[in-house]
Amino acid sequence: MTQITANAANGVRPSHPALAIVGKTLLYIVLIAIALVTLIPFVWMISASLKLDREVFSYPIHWVPEVFHWENYSLIWSKVPLLTYFKNTAFIAIVVTFIQTLTSSFAAYAFAKLRFRGRNVLFICYVATIAVPWQTYMLPQFILMRSMGLYDTLWAIVVLQSFSAFGVFLMRQFYQGIPTELCEAARIDGLSEYGIWARIMLPLSKAAIATLVIFTFVGTWNDYMGPMIYLTRDVNKTVQVGLRRFIQENSSDYHLIMAVSVCSLLPVSIVFLSLQKYFIQGIATTGLKG
Amino acid sequence: MAQTKDRKPLYKRHMTRYERKKELIAYSFLAPNFIGFAVFTLLPVLFSIFLSFVKWKGGDFSTMQWVGLGNYAEIFKTAKVAEKGIGYLFTKVDLGIALKNTLFYTLVTVPMTLVCSVALALALNKAVKGAVGFRTIFFFPYVASMVAICVCWRFMMMKDGPINQFIMALGINFNKSWTADSGMAIWSIILVSVWRNMGYYMVIYLAALQGVPTDLYEAATMDGANKWQQFAHVTLPQLRPTTFFASTMLIISCFKIYDVVAIMTEGGPGRSTKMLVTYIYDEAFANFNYGIASAIAMVLLVIVLIFTLIQFSMEDRYAND
Repeated sequence: MTQITANAANGVRPSHPALAIVGKTLLYIVLIAIALVTLIPFVWMISASLKLDREVFSYPIHWVPEVFHWENYSLIWSKVPLLTYFKNTAFIAIVVTFIQTLTSSFAAYAFAKLRFRGRNVLFICYVATIAVPWQTYMLPQFILMRSMGLYDTLWAIVVLQSFSAFGVFLMRQFYQGIPTELCEAARIDGLSEYGIWARIMLPLSKAAIATLVIFTFVGTWNDYMGPMIYLTRDVNKTVQVGLRRFIQENSSDYHLIMAVSVCSLLPVSIVFLSLQKYFIQGIATTGLKG
Repeated sequence: MAQTKDRKPLYKRHMTRYERKKELIAYSFLAPNFIGFAVFTLLPVLFSIFLSFVKWKGGDFSTMQWVGLGNYAEIFKTAKVAEKGIGYLFTKVDLGIALKNTLFYTLVTVPMTLVCSVALALALNKAVKGAVGFRTIFFFPYVASMVAICVCWRFMMMKDGPINQFIMALGINFNKSWTADSGMAIWSIILVSVWRNMGYYMVIYLAALQGVPTDLYEAATMDGANKWQQFAHVTLPQLRPTTFFASTMLIISCFKIYDVVAIMTEGGPGRSTKMLVTYIYDEAFANFNYGIASAIAMVLLVIVLIFTLIQFSMEDRYAND
């Protein structure tokens, strides 16, 4: 309150209430307009997925289909093995998320709280590879995996995604914020290092783990280039490459392509909408993973 | 300093059994991740440097042929470029065209994304009702899968699609498919990229805005600064480290662009949207020129590393300020 009166005394013009209302209204109009632009592709996608083939590009455009063709959604299941794609993607995403979170938090504990020879050199190795784009070593990685017999198996994508340096880096940053005294006290109480990790570090790092889980899951689910290089047989395809195949084979069935697209977006949308708080927090605190 | 000197001999002198056991425990924590990391990341990184110096079509390792800098001479077409001038590189040579396209895409996408995300963050930083809802909407494209949204945008940008209908309604005569027009194709990729990324950087800016001390604004108001002056002299300078961070991240991710191009234009029409990674992919997985692909990969690596190093050194400068 004193601030406001001080301003007035200094001759700063207080903004006129009517002007403030106009400004606020303008702000809302602009925000709503941008929100609409952001959502238009999704709206168009859903709308097209419920139309007949020839109605998709009708002029003028009908945002709401005249007749809702729900049968498009049952039709696509007979045209593509969508269920297989979903199963494969879910398998990869869950296994990767599990391995990634577990091994990263394990390694991060060593980097943050234990002393051993070569700690700094090893950590620099990890940090340095974060800066190296995957695209620069995808080919040698591919050659390696093919010689190991992993080509065209789901495990190729699992090992490809599971050991990212990013996870270790993120967890280590978080563990460093946990006071070392806690670990020392536990050691004196006779807890082993594994016990400290399980009973103290893990419960304290729920926020970091939530961030890592979400980003790994969504990143793996949406990954396109990896599965496209490795998975060729239809039984092994993920949703993303499966959708791509469907697009190539039925390039003019716009309504069906859009129906498959809507289906492919659903799982991640549900995860995002229910956990969006953690997404936002995760980016705000780490700012990483661009 | 004295303390680190005292600590060093610990490793020099003979280790006690207790110390050795402690170290083994530490390695056991590290091992599960490190083995995977070493085999599937570290090894391929080193291997890719080696591959850029050999000629190899895959298959048997004995067919590998050491060519030194031959692959680099080949992708830069050094002989032809030396003869016909640097212009030849960027108009005729695949690598030059890919570099030019990637650079153009980056130079347009980065500032556009930054401006949009700052604007959105500033708007939402005000006491707006439903801010969480807006934030969710703006962020949503970032988590949506690329294949679905890119194919949707491609359809919307088709000849009779809703976007051209809208443009025609504005009185502009344009009735070509964006992704099939060599001039517009790259713009379609830019638009989709900005649309997808602005929400992500908006979140970063929102976090940064929350960190701007409010007494700075109070002081500025006392000095009679209007809203615009406050923005230019308080908000923007305070956001500078964030802007620097965000632009480095964006530049790097722009240089790695692949998904959008693969789904919307496949590098075409002609070579008008051929990017560095598209070029690597084609040479590696379509033409099986492993050496050439690795040499192009090294060009990408050098570019990304330069930006990363700049980011690191600037971070130190901000930290010391």
